[in-house]
Amino acid sequence: MSDLASIKVGASAAVAQIEGADDIAMRLMEMGLTPGVDVQVISTAPLGDPIEVEVRGYRLSLRRSEAARVKVETS
Amino acid sequence: MPISSPIAVALVGNPNTGKSTLFSALAGIRQRVGNYPGVTVEKKVGSLRIDDRQFTLVDLPGTYSLAPRSPDEMVAVDVLLGREAGQTRPDVVLCIVDASNLQRNLYLVSQVLELGLPTILTLNMCDVAQRKGMQIDIARLERQLGVPVVEMQANRRLGVDPLRSLLARFESYQPVVASPFPKAFAEEVAQLEMRLRDTHVRPAPRFLVERLLLDTSGYIQHALLDGDVAVRRDVQQAIDEARARLSKINLAVPGVEAVARYEWVGRVLEGVVTESQQRPARWSDRLDHMLTHKVWGTLLLLALMVVISQSVFSWATPLMEATEGLVGRLGDVAAGALPAGALQSLMVDGVIAGVGGVLVFLPQIFILFFFIAVLEDCGYMARAAYLMDKLMSQIGLSGKSFIPLLSSFACAVPGIMAARVIENRRDRLVTILIAPLMSCSARLPVYTLLIAAFIPARSYLGGWVGLQGMTMVAMYLIGMVVAAGVALVLKKTLLPGDTPPFVMELPSYKLPSIKVVAMRVWERGWAFVRRAGTLILAVAIIVWAAAYYPRSAEVDAPYERQLATLAQARTKAPSHDTVALSRIDAKESQVQNELAGARLRNSYLGRAGQAIEPAVRPLGWDWRIGCAAIASFPAREVVVGTLGVIYNLGNEQDEKSPGLRVNLQRATWDNTNRLVFNVPVALSLMVFFALCAQCAATLVVMRRETNSWRWPLFAFAYMTSLAYVGALITYQVGMRLATF
Repeated sequence: MSDLASIKVGASAAVAQIEGADDIAMRLMEMGLTPGVDVQVISTAPLGDPIEVEVRGYRLSLRRSEAARVKVETS
Repeated sequence: MPISSPIAVALVGNPNTGKSTLFSALAGIRQRVGNYPGVTVEKKVGSLRIDDRQFTLVDLPGTYSLAPRSPDEMVAVDVLLGREAGQTRPDVVLCIVDASNLQRNLYLVSQVLELGLPTILTLNMCDVAQRKGMQIDIARLERQLGVPVVEMQANRRLGVDPLRSLLARFESYQPVVASPFPKAFAEEVAQLEMRLRDTHVRPAPRFLVERLLLDTSGYIQHALLDGDVAVRRDVQQAIDEARARLSKINLAVPGVEAVARYEWVGRVLEGVVTESQQRPARWSDRLDHMLTHKVWGTLLLLALMVVISQSVFSWATPLMEATEGLVGRLGDVAAGALPAGALQSLMVDGVIAGVGGVLVFLPQIFILFFFIAVLEDCGYMARAAYLMDKLMSQIGLSGKSFIPLLSSFACAVPGIMAARVIENRRDRLVTILIAPLMSCSARLPVYTLLIAAFIPARSYLGGWVGLQGMTMVAMYLIGMVVAAGVALVLKKTLLPGDTPPFVMELPSYKLPSIKVVAMRVWERGWAFVRRAGTLILAVAIIVWAAAYYPRSAEVDAPYERQLATLAQARTKAPSHDTVALSRIDAKESQVQNELAGARLRNSYLGRAGQAIEPAVRPLGWDWRIGCAAIASFPAREVVVGTLGVIYNLGNEQDEKSPGLRVNLQRATWDNTNRLVFNVPVALSLMVFFALCAQCAATLVVMRRETNSWRWPLFAFAYMTSLAYVGALITYQVGMRLATF
C-alpha cells in the first residue's frame, strides 16, 4: 500500500486509511480524508513540501510528513 | 407586557465561509469585542432586533470541528453547551456553510445537530456554487437535513431578510438530535454517561461524554474530570474498556467519528447537488495554478512583497509628513495659547510630541492593515503560507507565520494582530514574541543618522557594494537571524510541544469585497488607537515629567542672565541693523538650546542616564546616549530627537539634520577631549536599537492579543537583554578589530 506523499502531481488515488490516532490523524480525517474518498494531487510547493490536493471538492494543503499518514490504494 | 431577556443566537461555521460578513449584516454596528477569560479567543457579541424582540448574537470562532483539543477550542463548545460563565446557553444555533463546499462543511453541522438545539442552516456563497456549475436542491436538503435552510450571499445582503424571519419564528422549530453513529457506539456512550453520573457531582452533557470517548488526545478528560484520583482512574478505565470493545467490532476510536459523520453527510446530500457535466474551467483554478507554481508562485510572492513595501513607503510618507506637520502646528498653537511653564511644556513636549510621535505611524499601520485584509479576503494569504511553509519550518514555525512576520518589517503592530490566523496557540505566541525583532521602519531614522555620521561612504566592486548600504542590510539581517534563534530556543524551552498539524484549507479565490476590507481595517485600526492610545499617552506624560522635573533656579540662572543681556542688547540695537539683530537671534537660540540641554541633564531622566553610565560604558556609550535610549521607550525614533536636545541643539532635529550629525561627530566625554562616537560605538547603538523593545504600542498590542501582561513583559525583558548583550559584543569586538 502506498501513501499520498508518493502520488505524483496530477494523479488520483482512493484513501485506504489514516495512520495513527494523534492530533494530525484526527485533523486529516475531520478535513475529509476518510477511507474510500478520492484524492487528487494538484501541485507541490518549492522544495516539494507542502503539497496541494483536491478532496471532496475543495483544495487542501498538507506537509509531506502528514501526507505520508494517508495510506492510499493506487488505482 | 413582560420584558423578556434577549434571545441568544450562536453563529458557528467553518473559516472562510463569510461568517463575519453575516455577523455584520445581522448585528450592524451594534457589536462588542472582548475576551473570554484565560484564553486568547476573541469574544464577539452583537445585538439585533426582529419584530420587537431583542436578539443577542455570539460569533463563535470559525472551526472545522467541535472536537476541542485545547482551551481555545473548548470555548465554542462551552458556549454552545451553556457551560461558559457569563454566557447563557444559546436558544438558537445559526450554522453558516459554504454552498460550494458542502461535504466538509456539513461535518461540523453533524456535530452541531447533536447538541439538540433549534438550528438554522445558512447556505452562503451561493453565487460561487453556481459559478462552479453546481445546482443545489434546497427543499430536498431541508427535508433530508431536518432543519430550515436559507440561501444566502452575505456580502450582498441577499438572504438576510428571510433569515431574520426564520430567526423570529425559532420557537416553532423542534430541536433535532441526530446522531450519525452506529447503535453500538451510542450504547457505549450511554453506558459511560451513566458511569459518570454515578461518580460525579457536576453532570456532563451527553455531547461531552461522547467527546470523552472519542478524544484520544486526553484534553477533554483533563478538562472535564474532577474528583479524586481514584474516581478519575476508575473513569479512565471505563473509557479504555469501552474503546477496546469498540475496536473489536471495527468501530475504533477516533476514526469511527469521521467515517460515521461523512457517511451521514453522504446520505444528507443524496440527490441534493447536481454538478453540470461540463465543469467550467474555473478561473480560480487557473489563477491558483500560477500562484502556487514552484517558480512563478514564489517569484510572484516576492514581487508582491516588494510592491507592498513600496506602496507602504510611498503612500505612507506623504501622510506621515502631513501628520508630522499637523502635530508640529498643533504644538505651535498650544505653545502660543498657553503661558510658558510646566503646563505648556506638558502639552507641547509631552502630550502632543509624545502621542504625535506614535500617531505619525498611523498611516503606515492602516495601509498595512489594508493590504493584509485584502490578502485575507481574496484567499491569497493561505497560498503565501503554503509557499513559505518549508522555510518557516526550519525555525520551528509554519507558513502561517510568514505574513505576520513580513508585515512586522514595516510595523509590528499590524503584524502581531495578523498572527490571529495562526490557530495553534504556541506557534501564535512565538510569532508574536519575535515579531518586534523584524527591523521596523521606526528604526530607520536611527540607522540613517548613525550610518550617515559614522560609516565611511566607501564602495567596493566598482560602486556596486557600498559600505553604508551594507551596514543597513546588516542591521536588518541581525534582527532576522536573532529572531530565528529566539524562535528555535522558545520552541525548545519555554513553549515546547508537538509540531502542530499544518493541514490547511486553500479557500477559493474571490474578488476582495471593499466593504469587508474596509470594515476589517476600521475594526483593527480603531481597536489599536483606542487601546494603545491611553497607554501611549500615559507613557508620554511620564517620560515628559522625567525629562522636565526637577526644575532648579540654580541651573537656569547663568543662562537666564545671558538671555537677559541679549534682550537688553536687542532693545539697544538700532532697528535697521539687521546684521546685529540676526547675530543676537542666533546667539539667543544657542543659549536657549544650551539651557534646554542643562535642564535635561538636571532632570530625573538625565540623572538616570548618568546613574546608568557605568552599565553602558562597556557598550561604548556615555550617559547622554544612555539617557536617549531610556527616553525612547514610547517609540524608537524618539531617540533622535532626544539626542538633539541633549547635544544642545533643541528639539527640532531629525535624522537628516547636518547639525545633529556634526554634533555627534564632535561629542566628547564629559570633561575630556576624548570623542564619544566612533564606528564601534555607532554600531553598538544601532545593534541595540535593532534588538530592543522600545515601543509602547507594540507591547500594548501584545497584551491585547495574548490577553495578559506576562508576555509583553517577557518580550521586553528578553529583547532588552539581547539588545544589551548584542551592543556589548559589537562594541568590544569592534574595538579589538579596530586596533588591527
